[in-house]
Amino acid sequence: MEVVLQNLTKKFPGRDKKKHEDVIAVNDFNFTIPDGKLIGLLGPSGCGKSTTLNLISGLQKPTAGKIFFGDDDVTDLPPENRGIGLVFQNYALYPHLTVKQNILFPLQNLKGKDKLTKEEMLEKALAVAKLVQIDELMDRKPGELSGGQQQRVAIARALVKMPRVLLLDEPLSNLDARLRLQTREEIRRIQRETKITTIFVTHDQEEAMSISDLIVVMKDGVVHQIGKPQEVYDNPVNLFVAKFLGTPPINVFSGRVKDQELYIGEDAVLKVMGASDQEVYVGIRPEGFRLKEDGPLCCELRGVEVMGRDSSVISGNKASLNPAVRSIISADSRVNTAQKEVRFSLVPQKVFLFHKKTEKRIDFEAEEEQ
Amino acid sequence: MGKKKINLVGLKGWLYLLPAILFLGCFMVYPLIDVFVYSFEEGYNSASQTYFGIGLYNYSYVLHDPYFLQAVKNTFLLVIITVPLSTGIALLISVGLSSIKPLRNLFQTVYFLPYVTNTLAVGLVFMILFKKTAYSDGLINLLIHCFGGSSVDFIDGPYWAKMFVLCLYTIWVVMPFKILILTSALSSVNEVYYNAAKVDGTSKFRTFMRITLPMISPMLFYLIITGFIGAFKAYSDAVALFGTDLNAAKMNTIVGYVYDMLYGNSGGYPSYASAAAIILFVIILTITCINLLISKKNVHY
Repeated sequence: MEVVLQNLTKKFPGRDKKKHEDVIAVNDFNFTIPDGKLIGLLGPSGCGKSTTLNLISGLQKPTAGKIFFGDDDVTDLPPENRGIGLVFQNYALYPHLTVKQNILFPLQNLKGKDKLTKEEMLEKALAVAKLVQIDELMDRKPGELSGGQQQRVAIARALVKMPRVLLLDEPLSNLDARLRLQTREEIRRIQRETKITTIFVTHDQEEAMSISDLIVVMKDGVVHQIGKPQEVYDNPVNLFVAKFLGTPPINVFSGRVKDQELYIGEDAVLKVMGASDQEVYVGIRPEGFRLKEDGPLCCELRGVEVMGRDSSVISGNKASLNPAVRSIISADSRVNTAQKEVRFSLVPQKVFLFHKKTEKRIDFEAEEEQ
Repeated sequence: MGKKKINLVGLKGWLYLLPAILFLGCFMVYPLIDVFVYSFEEGYNSASQTYFGIGLYNYSYVLHDPYFLQAVKNTFLLVIITVPLSTGIALLISVGLSSIKPLRNLFQTVYFLPYVTNTLAVGLVFMILFKKTAYSDGLINLLIHCFGGSSVDFIDGPYWAKMFVLCLYTIWVVMPFKILILTSALSSVNEVYYNAAKVDGTSKFRTFMRITLPMISPMLFYLIITGFIGAFKAYSDAVALFGTDLNAAKMNTIVGYVYDMLYGNSGGYPSYASAAAIILFVIILTITCINLLISKKNVHY
């Protein structure tokens, strides 16, 4: 089911009564979510991603704008008539009911012509339980399950009515690191098998990057960028998106462009064709550094962390806006830790320039390195 | 060395427990045992501390005493009527309270007022409402007149009228506490369950029966158990309404009977009083055990 968000806006009345200022949780959100895809809504806490999810689910009403599921305008429909499945952040499994009763619960609400017989209900519940691999836990209570199992039950309960859209609110935030990896694969698999359009909310960029078909990066109620995870990572539209995506995070320097040449501190580090002379923010991905004896960027060496496959060089630079410059190089190239300085050349595709005031991306063409 | 230390710790623990143990022992455990012993001593005289023999005569006497049977009947009626009614009405009111937003605090205060009102003041109010005097028939009778009925003497009149007033009084007095407990239980149910139910298209009634009730069942169960025990021990309410000679008014309760046997006009029979008290104890114990058995299936902690 295609989900269309049209000028979606949600305002909450401000707490401060004197100011009469509304808090804008979601501001003019326009997006068409293609059918059968897994979408990650990504942003720091308080960016409006959960509100967006609640608007789609119908638990909250938008201040302005419309929501369509396919051709149906669902803006004014209550949640139960929208055909959605919602998995809550803390799962919201009914603690006094067994897993089976929890999964059956939505089916038992069906009325009129949709009403199912007991056998049909059991059959459906068992099918969905098999899908999420909890069919052996049917008679347990939620309190007797691990976090990951509870998560599966919650997904099963959301899926049992075969919703048109599946919504997941921070699905992995209550799980430990190992389970998180496992569960996100699981969500991916379930989504692929059911082909239900799925929207999930997360503040963890790694989570969103790893399983989404498309990610939506939000901040302060405004959508900053929408795209495939790799595209967004490779082509951030502004400094916020660049900073938000990637672990370890991007290194930001303050620099300036002069005569088609990018300066960080006193070092002319890169030829940038097409960028006008100005003060800029320079974002360099950790993998954008190459060790080079006579490289243009000079940093003061602080240490090397060896992580097996590759090592990360931690260094300092006066122009860096991060406390430390972190660069990832392959473990083969040795760094002499006795030396005080380390020199890098830069990979132009991994270097982004941002306008100092608007923080928008400045395009440039790099001269190919010889 | 190690052994000594452990002993010392144990001693310290007993020392800390001593004040409570002394108090409970003197004023709870010893009297309990004493009552049990008295109930088997026939013709015990508290002045001379003598008795004729040991046996079940006290129980037999009490169980054949029409006043006691009347008291048992009254008490059971009171329990059966007031416990379900007061709990049910309190539940209704709390659900109402928690689903309105404006004036909620005001109503909560209003409903809690009886709890902090002086018992004598409450008694006076009930007098004005129900008592027939030389000057007036009472407010309720005025109302009955308005609708063309004939006046009923609620305080000295027929049995059902007196029972009605007693039950009404009891319900009214125990309600605030129940409302207080239930509103807090209701507000402690996480909003997210209601949202989940809403997304699943659950009707209001089903949400209440399948989600709200089980979630507040421990509190509800607590109220029912304490309600039963409280109603079985009722005495002061009857006195406040019908005066101290409850046997004459046929409105005595079991506790009232025990009191009368000890200190009332017909008093001075600690053996009979003890036997009646033990019977009451057995009744309450049985009912509570039944409650606990039922609760195992229906209460979700």
